[in-house]
Amino acid sequence: MEVTLRIKRYNPDQDVKPAFKEYKVEVEGTDRVLDALNQIKWYQDGTLTYRRSCAHGVCGSDAMRINGRNRLACKILMQELGKKVTLEPLIGFTVVKDLVVDMDKFFDSYKSVKPYLIADDPVGVGERRQSPEQREAFEDTTKCILCAACTTACPVTWTSDEFVGPAAIVNAHRFIFDSRDQAAGERLRILNTRSGVWRCRTIFNCTDACPRGIEVTRAIEQVKRALLFEQA
Amino acid sequence: MAYHRYDAVVVGAGGAGLMAAIQMAGKANVAVVSKLYPPRSHTGAAQGGISAALGNVEEDHPQWHMFDTVKGGDYLVDQDAASVLAHEAIDAVLELEHMGLPFNRTPDGRIDQRRFGGHTRNYGEGPVRRACYAADRTGHMIIQTLYQQGIKHQLNFFDEHHLLDILFTDDGECCGVVTLEIKTGEIHVIHAKAVLIATGGFGRVFKVTSNAMAGTGDGVALAYRHGVPLMDMEFYQFHPTGIYKLGILLSEAARGEGGIVRNGEGEAFAARYAPTLKDLAPRDMMSRFIHQEIREGRGVDGKDYVLLDLTHLPPELIDAKLPDITDFARTYLGVEPKTEGVPIQPTAHYAMGGLPTDIEGRVIRDRNATVIPGFYSAGESACVSVHGANRLGTNSLVDLVVFGRRAGKHMLRHIQDVQFRPLPEDPEFTARAELANLLSRKSGERAADIRSAMQEVMMDKVSVVRDEPGLVEAQRSVRELRQAYASVAIQDHGTTYNTELLEAHELGCMLDCAESIVAGALARTESRGAHFRSDYEKRDDKNWLAHTLVYKTSGGLDIDKKPVTITEFEPKERKY
Ligand SMILES: Cc1cc2nc3c(=O)[nH]c(=O)nc-3n(C[C@H](O)[C@H](O)[C@H](O)COP(=O)(O)OP(=O)(O)OC[C@H]3O[C@@H](n4cnc5c(N)ncnc54)[C@H](O)[C@@H]3O)c2cc1C
Ligand code: SF4
Ligand code: FES
Repeated sequence: MEVTLRIKRYNPDQDVKPAFKEYKVEVEGTDRVLDALNQIKWYQDGTLTYRRSCAHGVCGSDAMRINGRNRLACKILMQELGKKVTLEPLIGFTVVKDLVVDMDKFFDSYKSVKPYLIADDPVGVGERRQSPEQREAFEDTTKCILCAACTTACPVTWTSDEFVGPAAIVNAHRFIFDSRDQAAGERLRILNTRSGVWRCRTIFNCTDACPRGIEVTRAIEQVKRALLFEQA
Repeated sequence: MAYHRYDAVVVGAGGAGLMAAIQMAGKANVAVVSKLYPPRSHTGAAQGGISAALGNVEEDHPQWHMFDTVKGGDYLVDQDAASVLAHEAIDAVLELEHMGLPFNRTPDGRIDQRRFGGHTRNYGEGPVRRACYAADRTGHMIIQTLYQQGIKHQLNFFDEHHLLDILFTDDGECCGVVTLEIKTGEIHVIHAKAVLIATGGFGRVFKVTSNAMAGTGDGVALAYRHGVPLMDMEFYQFHPTGIYKLGILLSEAARGEGGIVRNGEGEAFAARYAPTLKDLAPRDMMSRFIHQEIREGRGVDGKDYVLLDLTHLPPELIDAKLPDITDFARTYLGVEPKTEGVPIQPTAHYAMGGLPTDIEGRVIRDRNATVIPGFYSAGESACVSVHGANRLGTNSLVDLVVFGRRAGKHMLRHIQDVQFRPLPEDPEFTARAELANLLSRKSGERAADIRSAMQEVMMDKVSVVRDEPGLVEAQRSVRELRQAYASVAIQDHGTTYNTELLEAHELGCMLDCAESIVAGALARTESRGAHFRSDYEKRDDKNWLAHTLVYKTSGGLDIDKKPVTITEFEPKERKY
């Protein structure tokens, strides 16, 4: 079937501001949006620019706005979208070129919550023990691929430069609820500041956006509850 | 141009590169260069598991693991390296756990283990539970955990920098790299005492592959252009269970948990070919069984695919242990694996060959294992060789952590012992000239056409079953495509984030990989592991119990042989 892709283009070397450009492509219904983008890039317009790598939803490269919602281009099939498809870069980050946004701010927020295991006790022989139930407590948030779909779907991050954003909280949650970690207090303190969890307005955009099916809002709520519990 | 000086530079931030860099963190000044943000590396796509003879759920021994690795590799494995792999795997997996990797657990809180193809108890008696795992996203957990450690140790990441060239002194020592900063188009020269290439595999050479679009063999090809030989390139693994046409992988863990492959008649045919291990026979064999079933007309509806059947597994088990891959079947095929078979075909998956190294990760230049000072490789870009003619499932992830770690430790010693060597004059000359050439034409050949022609011919003539006429045709075709490549033209002539330029550069690298794969496959007139020649169906230990080395020279290609290291296990016929 023939579909029309309306793509928001911007090349800082030559454009003053972004503008939409339309492309017609022949696709199968089972093609991914990424396949359609590749077709344009390879056979119509080599200057069209986007990130991609794994092409099956596990590397987090190609989050973008597809018909107004944050999705991975490699995880959405054309048959889900109709004949006219609008593609735009994620909102809230500086556009580098076309569908590529600057990820520095995103990774800075991520790093600010100390996203690594902190456990300084000497480990004995073998592995640290952890029961299946203890592991289950943070299983959901280990799935994050750092695609930024959640953070850039959140209206709070659009208006506030400070909010660490859902993805950073998800990754803090992954350690706060890991029975092996000893720095929950430290991370909770970071998330208790002006840029932390209390900026969340429970709008659920993040959960809707997450391509890994992580219950992002629930994770944020659990962090909030942990903070209240700690203060009580 | 920007100039930097680091003790060591690691190119590639997948499992191998990060593991190496972490060894040096805090003790030396290390740069980590990656064309992707590190967590986007293809290590993150690994699904099934990482093997180590922990013996957490049943008796197991490193010696058994070593034997399986040697036999799985059809005796082309260097046994000193396999011994290191099997013994150090235990420590490496525990180190990952200590770094925070959330493995699945047994009821008593230990790392859980599952079955995988070719891993056996007591030298082949039956399957053993050796693969440590985190659901079916083990690689995701490894890349996340190592990236987290990289942040903790404040590694100097050069994210979205594309390797363009590797620098050597006149007397052949490695002294740095040239990269392109993708965002700005600026060229960087990184001067270093030691360089590690950990740029991963090159599955994109083939039409149907489980590999990421970034899997284009850049580091391997760039070293090859400098006269470094590539070893055992003809051994390219086709994984039996890729999603039909798309190539997306459905992990062997599916069969480890009890899944069965059925032909168009519904028959579980693997038992006919491999009575002991059945569906858990090694990958080269399973792929050939599928190929034969299809050729004999037992594909589904006469087509070129068969079915992976999980319908007899408890739905809770599927949700708990195979959530991602069953989701792939739903998303991309609209198939519900709990109730229907999933269409599959062999998919290009893993390069056993690559840059030849010793067990310290040092790249060697010839059959006598002469070391190239300062030059290292680890992971899928390297060939130690622990995988020989066919890699066992889960052994790549072990390879990354075990040999990534060894390379990092050795680099640390090396940089303490040596001084910086002077860079060649005009170090970025070659890189600049290559880009300038790609940007010089307004019209010419289209990169996409060359790429798809290469992928077609490699899939058609150089995959699961090969023969001389097919390989000769592939060789001619790759040569012609290389000529066409010389006049490739691209539309994007800008400096900001020019991915069209980089895709063209990657295509050049893939053509180098394709050329060397075909050369090795033509030379090797026997069948061994993943390299099956229908015109030479038998393994020929008399002439071919040897690694191949392919050199690029000014006059064409040279091929040499390098002896295999055999310590404990004499070659035997391989039956399962
Ligand atoms: C779908 C799938 C499932 C798998 N499952 C398993 C499994 O269960 N168990 C197992 O043992 N193995 C598995 N494997 C194999 C294993 O995952 C890979 O072999 C391994 O992860 C490769 O790791 P690496 O560190 O060598 O390279 P990669 O992880 O591929 O990383 C390569 C790095 O090099 C960088 N790079 C490449 N080119 C350039 C350049 N020009 N400039 C700068 N940087 C560059 C990339 O950005 C990236 O950071 C699987 C493979 C696939 C494809
Ligand atoms: S939580 Fe989900 S949407 Fe957010 S960054 Fe992680 S994977 Fe992406
Ligand atoms: S390309 Fe990897 S998530 Fe889409």
